[in-house]
Amino acid sequence: MTNRLDTAGRIDRSKPISFRFNGKGYVGYQGDTIASALLANGVKVIGRSWKYHRARGFMGDGVEEANGLFQVQTGAKTIPNVRGTQAEIYEGLEFTSTNAWPNPNFDVLALFGKFSFMLPAGFYYKTFMWPAKLWMTYEHIIRKASGLGVAPKEQDTDHYEKTNEHCDVLVVGAGPSGIVAALHAARADARVLLVDEQSEMGGRLLSQNVQIEGNASSEWLRSALLELQAFENVTLLGRTTAFGYHDGNFVTAVQRLTDHLPESKQRGAREKVFRIRAKQVILATGAHERPIPFGYNDRAGVMLASAVSSYVVRYSAPLAKRAVVFTNNDGAYQTAIDLHRAGITVSAVVDSRSETNGDLPEIVRGLGIEVLTQSTVVKSKGGKSVTGAYVQSLSDDSKSLVGASRLFECDLIAVSGGWNPAIHLLAQSGGKVKWNDAKVCFEPDVVVQKQVSVGAANASFSLAEGLQEGAQAGDAAAKTLGFDPATNAAPKADSIKEQAIQPMWRVPYNADKPWDGPKQFVDFQNDVSVSDIYLAVREGFHSVEHVKRYTALGFGTDQGKTGNIVGMAILADALDKDIPSTGTTTFRPNYTPVTFGAVAGPDIDGTMFDPVRKTAIHQWHAEHGALFENVGQWHRPWYYPQGNETLQEAVNRECLATRNSVGIMDASTLGKIEIKGKDASKFLEMIYTNNWKKLAVGMARYGFMLGEDGMVMDDGVTVRLADDHFFMHTTTGGAASVMNWLEVWLQTEWPELEVFMTSVTDHWSTAAVVGPNSRKVVSSVVDGIDFDKDAFPFMGSRHGSIDGVPVWVNRISFSGELAYEVNVNANQGRHVWERLWAAGQPYDITAYGTETLHVLRAEKGYVIVGQDTDGSVSPEDLGMQWAMSKTKDYLGRRSLALQELRREDRKQFVGLLTVDPKIVLEEGGQILNEPAQQIPATMLGHVTSSYHSACLDRSIALALVRNGHKRQGETIYVSMNDGRTVPAVIGSTVFIDPKGERQNVA
Amino acid sequence: MLQLQCPFCGLRDESEFSFGGEAHIARPLEPDALSDEEWADYLFNRSNVKGFHREMWLHAAGCRQWFYAIRNTVSYEFTAFYRVGDPLPDLPNRSVPGAAK
Ligand SMILES: [Zn+2]
Repeated sequence: MTNRLDTAGRIDRSKPISFRFNGKGYVGYQGDTIASALLANGVKVIGRSWKYHRARGFMGDGVEEANGLFQVQTGAKTIPNVRGTQAEIYEGLEFTSTNAWPNPNFDVLALFGKFSFMLPAGFYYKTFMWPAKLWMTYEHIIRKASGLGVAPKEQDTDHYEKTNEHCDVLVVGAGPSGIVAALHAARADARVLLVDEQSEMGGRLLSQNVQIEGNASSEWLRSALLELQAFENVTLLGRTTAFGYHDGNFVTAVQRLTDHLPESKQRGAREKVFRIRAKQVILATGAHERPIPFGYNDRAGVMLASAVSSYVVRYSAPLAKRAVVFTNNDGAYQTAIDLHRAGITVSAVVDSRSETNGDLPEIVRGLGIEVLTQSTVVKSKGGKSVTGAYVQSLSDDSKSLVGASRLFECDLIAVSGGWNPAIHLLAQSGGKVKWNDAKVCFEPDVVVQKQVSVGAANASFSLAEGLQEGAQAGDAAAKTLGFDPATNAAPKADSIKEQAIQPMWRVPYNADKPWDGPKQFVDFQNDVSVSDIYLAVREGFHSVEHVKRYTALGFGTDQGKTGNIVGMAILADALDKDIPSTGTTTFRPNYTPVTFGAVAGPDIDGTMFDPVRKTAIHQWHAEHGALFENVGQWHRPWYYPQGNETLQEAVNRECLATRNSVGIMDASTLGKIEIKGKDASKFLEMIYTNNWKKLAVGMARYGFMLGEDGMVMDDGVTVRLADDHFFMHTTTGGAASVMNWLEVWLQTEWPELEVFMTSVTDHWSTAAVVGPNSRKVVSSVVDGIDFDKDAFPFMGSRHGSIDGVPVWVNRISFSGELAYEVNVNANQGRHVWERLWAAGQPYDITAYGTETLHVLRAEKGYVIVGQDTDGSVSPEDLGMQWAMSKTKDYLGRRSLALQELRREDRKQFVGLLTVDPKIVLEEGGQILNEPAQQIPATMLGHVTSSYHSACLDRSIALALVRNGHKRQGETIYVSMNDGRTVPAVIGSTVFIDPKGERQNVA
Repeated sequence: MLQLQCPFCGLRDESEFSFGGEAHIARPLEPDALSDEEWADYLFNRSNVKGFHREMWLHAAGCRQWFYAIRNTVSYEFTAFYRVGDPLPDLPNRSVPGAAK
C-alpha cells in the first residue's frame, strides 16, 4: 500500500485504486492524479526527454508539466501525451512512459544524451543541410527518437459532442478570485458560466492551508461552491479547459466527461466542446510558476516549489526525506513551511536575494530552518534522481559566484523563479501585455474585448488581492450588463508582508562566457538549455520568434508554459537588451492540446461532416451495379461493370454502345438556375460571352462565363423558355459559386435590373438519352412533341409528357451524337428513367456513367471547366473565339485585350495523339520539346485529359501547350511517372466527326 | 468568431456569412476607355486599409443578400451595416484600442 503523509489532504483514503504503470501494479487513492499516485509510491523517474533521452521526473502539478507525459490505455482507446499531473487515476488504469524504451530506467536511446555535444540547437536544421545521402543514414534513428506519444492507429470508438452556450458572464478558472467573481455576478442575477480545468474547483486553494474570513480556506471553498451550485443562473463546468478566445467574446472550451472513469463506467460522450458566446469574460486563469535554470536542474527530484506544496498538502504524498528550497521570492518559503509541517526535513532555503524580511521567511527562520541569502544552487548531485544540491554564494552584483560551494544532501530540490500570469487567453483575444519590473513578469495591459483579468492572471499574486479583484470584477461585469450588484464586500484574507522578488534567470558560472557551465535546462520537454539559446544568438538568430524555431524552445505539448519566459529573459541577456524589447512569442490557440475527436464532434466517423447528395434515380443505378464517384457532394454513377469487367472494359462497352446505338445517363446533378424578369436577357448579355437577346423562345445556347480577369469560370447550356424566362445549366461542381457570382453582380452592381433567380438543381431529374437511336427511344414514350428533325432541331427545347407526367426535352449534346435531355419533376424522375430504359430495350440501351461521359466528350474536344482549365485559361486559349461576342460588353471582356492575354506563347488547348496508339498518357504529365532534358526541364504545359478511345481503338489526350495552336503537327514529349518520355503529335482537339455531322440523324 | 448584423435578418454568427472584399468598387462604365493599367487597377488593386474601411458581406446561409459593413481591419470592430443603395455611413474618425502604437 502507499505511504502517505499525516497531512489532511484531499485524497479519500477509504477508496484505494489499483493501476499499472509500465506493466507494474501500484495502488493510489480516489483524488490522486497519476503524478501524485506515482510520487506517493516512490516512483521518481517517469520518462525520458525528447532529444537526449535524459531521465526525467515530474516538475509540476498541473497544466505546466513538461516531463510527466504518458501513453494511457491501449488500442483504439489509447491517448498519447497525457499530463500525469492532471489525469486522474481510476481502477484498472494502465499507462506507460512516453519516449522510453524499454523502460525509463534503462533507455536504449539515452545514448543520444552521451553525445549531446553532437546535438546542439538547430541540430535538425543543420542535418537537413547535410548532403542528402547522409540524411538517409540518420533519418531512421532520428525518426525513432523524435516525437512524443503514439497516436492510436484504430478508429476512435468514442463519441463527442458540441454545444452552444450563451451567458452574461463567463468566468475562466475556479481559483479563489474566479469563484468570488462568479459569486458576485451570480448574486446580481447575471447568468454565469464558471469553467475550470481541474477535477475539483478551488485552484491553488486546494494546495494551501490558509485563512479566509477567519476560517480555514477549505471551509470557505466548500461553502462558496455550495452557494454557487444553489444558483439557478449559474452553470459550473468542471474538468473543462477554455482553450481558445476568439473575436466577439467567443470562447471555446472542452469538457472531459469520461477520461477519469474506468471503461466499464463510461457513459455517453467522451468529450464535449462548448462554443461560448459571453457578454463579459472574467479571466481568472491563475499563474504558472517558473524554474531557475541551474546545473543538471532536470534530474528527477527537482520540482517547482508550488508543485511540492501541492503534493504534500493536497495529496499527502511523501515526496522526500530531505529537501532544499531554492528561490528568488517569498512564495517558496510557504513550501518550506509545508514540508516542515509534513515532517520532511528542510536542509536549507537558498535565496538569491541579499535580504529576506518578509513574514514567511521569518516563520521559516523561526522553525529553525537555515536560510542562505545571496546564494544559489549551482548544480544538483545524483544519478537519475537527486541526491544533493551544491550551493554557492553570489557576488554583490549577482554576476559571479564567490567562495566555495557547499553540498547539502537532499532528495528534493524545490525551485521557484517567480510566477508568470497565464495570459494565454488574454493574448489570444487580441489583448496586449506589458512587462512589470517590480513583479518580474508580463501582465495584462491593453484589453480589446469585453474582458478583465483578475488575481494571479492579473499579476495580483496575493490571496487578499485576488479575492478583492474577483469581487470587483463580478460586480462590474453585472453592472455593465444592467444588473444591480448587491453591496457585499470581498471576502478577506490576511495580507502578508513580502520582500520583493529579484530577477534570477540563470547561474553566473562564467562572466565572460555566460553559456559555460554544466547543462542548465530551460525547456524540459524539448531539451533546450541555456547554452542553446546563446548558441542561437551567436549563429545570428536574434528575433525571439527565430530563436524559438531554431532551438525548439516552447514547441512541445506544454507550449513552454514553464520555459518560455525564462528562455526569453536569457535571450534578452544574450542580446544585451531588456525583456520588454526582446518581446514574447505569439500566444495562439489552443491553450492545451485538444483531441481531434473533440474538434470533429459528432462528425467523428465522417458521415455527417459533408452531406451526401443523391439523385432521384440513385437507387436504380445501385440496383444495376453502378460504382459511384463523388463529384462535389453528389454521388454520381461512375460506370456500370457487368460480370468481371474492368473499368476500361466497361467504359469501352458503354462508349461503343452509345455511339453505335443508344446510351442513357443521369444528368440530374448539373447545376440549374431559373432566371426571370424583364431584364433577364440584358443580365445574361453581361454574364455570358455570347449574345442572348436574339435567342428565340424554345431554343438553347451554349455559353461561356468569364471572371472579370478574362479567365474561364463556368460553361453550360441556357434555354429560353419565354421572353423573360431563362433556364441556366452550370457545371455540377460550379452550381453554388455561379449562383453567388450572379447574385453579387445583380445585387451590388446592377440593382436596377429586374431579374429574379432561383437555384432549382434539386427540383429536376434529367435523363440524357444519347446516340443515333435516341430519337426512336424518346419519341416512343414522349407525347405531345413533334420529334421530326426539322420540327425539333438541334438546340431546340420542347414540352411534352410521359404517361401524363409533364416532361421538358432539350435536344442538346455533350457527345456529338444525336441526344435528348429529358427533364422531369424529380419526384417522377425514376419513373421517367425506367420508361426510357424500357423503350430502349429493342436498341440495347446502355446506361453509362461519368467515365464514359468524359471519354465521349473528349473524343469531341469538349472542355470540362476545372479539368481542362485551371483559372488561368482564357476562351481564346481554348480556341473558343466563336463564342465571344464582338458587339457588346460582358464580364471579363476588357481583360482579354490586356497585353498578357495577347501574348502569342500562352498555353493553348490542343489535342495530342501518341505515336504509339497503345500508350495512354498520364493526366498532369508535363510537356517537353525534347525526349531527354536536363533537370530542371523546360515545361511547356501539361496533359489535362487522357483516355483510351474504344471508338478510335487508340489513345487520345487533350493538353494545354505553350503556343500550341501554331504547333499543329509537331511532335512533343510527355513525361510519365516512371521517368519515360512519350512522343506525341499535336493536333486538333476534335478526334471524332470534325464536321459535326453525327447528330444530324435523319 | 465575429458577429454581424445582417440588415435583413439581424445579429448572426460569422459562420453564416461569406466575405466579399472591399466595397464600392464600381465596374467602369466604359472599360474600353481605360488603359491596361487603369483596368488592372480596377481588377486587382485594393486599398488594404489599416483601420476602418467598407467591405462587402453575403448572408450566404441566410437571406442570401449582399450588404455592406464598416469594419476596423486591426481590431475587427464593426461600426455600421447597411444595404445596397443606403446612404453611406461615415467612417469613424478615431484610433482603435489595441491598434499598433
Ligand atoms: Zn440576412
